[in-house]
Amino acid sequence: MAEGSKFKLKVITPDREFFEGDVDMVEFNTMEGEVGIYKGHIPISLFISPGVLTITADGESKNAALHAGFAEVLPDSVTILAEIVEWPEEIDVERAQSAKERAESRIRDVLEGTDIARAELALRRATTRIDVAK
Amino acid sequence: MASMRDIKRRRSSIQSTQQITKAMKLVSTVKLQRAKGRAESAKPYFDAVYQTITSVLSKTSGITHPLLTGSDSDRVGIIVLTSNRGLAGGYNSNMVRLIRDSGFDPDKTDIYNIGKKGRDGLKRGGYNIVGDFSDAIESPAYPDAMKIGADVLKDFVEGKIGSVYLAYTRFKNTVVHQPTLLKLLPVDVEGVHDEYEVDDDAIAESTNTKDVVMNFEPNEEEALEMIVPKYINLLIYGAMIEAVASENGARMQAMDSATSNAEDMISKLSLQYNRARQGAITQELTEIIAGANAIS
Repeated sequence: MAEGSKFKLKVITPDREFFEGDVDMVEFNTMEGEVGIYKGHIPISLFISPGVLTITADGESKNAALHAGFAEVLPDSVTILAEIVEWPEEIDVERAQSAKERAESRIRDVLEGTDIARAELALRRATTRIDVAK
Repeated sequence: MASMRDIKRRRSSIQSTQQITKAMKLVSTVKLQRAKGRAESAKPYFDAVYQTITSVLSKTSGITHPLLTGSDSDRVGIIVLTSNRGLAGGYNSNMVRLIRDSGFDPDKTDIYNIGKKGRDGLKRGGYNIVGDFSDAIESPAYPDAMKIGADVLKDFVEGKIGSVYLAYTRFKNTVVHQPTLLKLLPVDVEGVHDEYEVDDDAIAESTNTKDVVMNFEPNEEEALEMIVPKYINLLIYGAMIEAVASENGARMQAMDSATSNAEDMISKLSLQYNRARQGAITQELTEIIAGANAIS
């Protein structure tokens, strides 16, 4: 890709700097749906909902599981303040699989007092993890 | 005067105590370094969230939102951070005293407790403990802070409590640790600003360079609802890190003075022991000479 199409991307969590570098595009899932951001976007703050974070630089893309947080988009930089974010190799697939099954059964057989919204969120987190780890 | 054997026994007992206090001091020094490092890596995140919340609040200044105004409940929720282990000087008792002296009526106070020592002290004071998250302080992690934050926020939104405070020990430097009571809800950005010594210059610089109108998606009001919980979680996480740093700093100090006290006692006992030994030898000699004289 031509020079000058890159912008600065920073993904930080409370305990570490997850990613920092110049990239061509970043995609992730927000409350309002999936977004892909290129250089020169209007300034906007977005709230993240569980989904795959894809970072594309020099034709290569990297995936990560991004679960919660918010993103601050400026024309020449994007800062993602992530509460939970994981690289594929950090994901425990077995645990995600069992969490998925647990959440599915909760949604299927609704018991008194089940927090459906929470179960759905857990299901989405689990499926995101499984997708990313593949 | 104590016998030689007694003095010797006492001295070796103090010596082994000193070995323990020395080791504990070394351990807390290492833990303190680690906690400091963690606090530093949380700083950029904290500044970024703080900057966003002030920008959201400045845009929503006309709005009366429950998170900003609070409910009618006169109950107070306090998140109290102490340690699970003792032998840290006045660290835990100072925190309990801060709560007792703060003027909150124990009958109208709900404690969200982190740390066994504080729980025991506050229970004796008649405070109502609604949640105990003592395991979280062993190694502070952000998910723990999220869980505590969610519980507190739920009670606040449901109107069980009218305001929320965070009581933790601020880590000013290795020797100064200040028990602090910080208002979390209703949101009070000014107080946090003063408490955390937010780096205004850095923030001003970063906002100047991106002198732009920030948009929010969803709108500002919803954004406020989304960001306040994150902000609360972050403050709790920050307090956990500082509390751990303070705990280890306090323990380091306490163990340092214990070690030097032991040193003093050992040297005093050594002197006593040597005197007693000298005395015994002199006495024996006198007895031998007296015996020899009697024979001749």
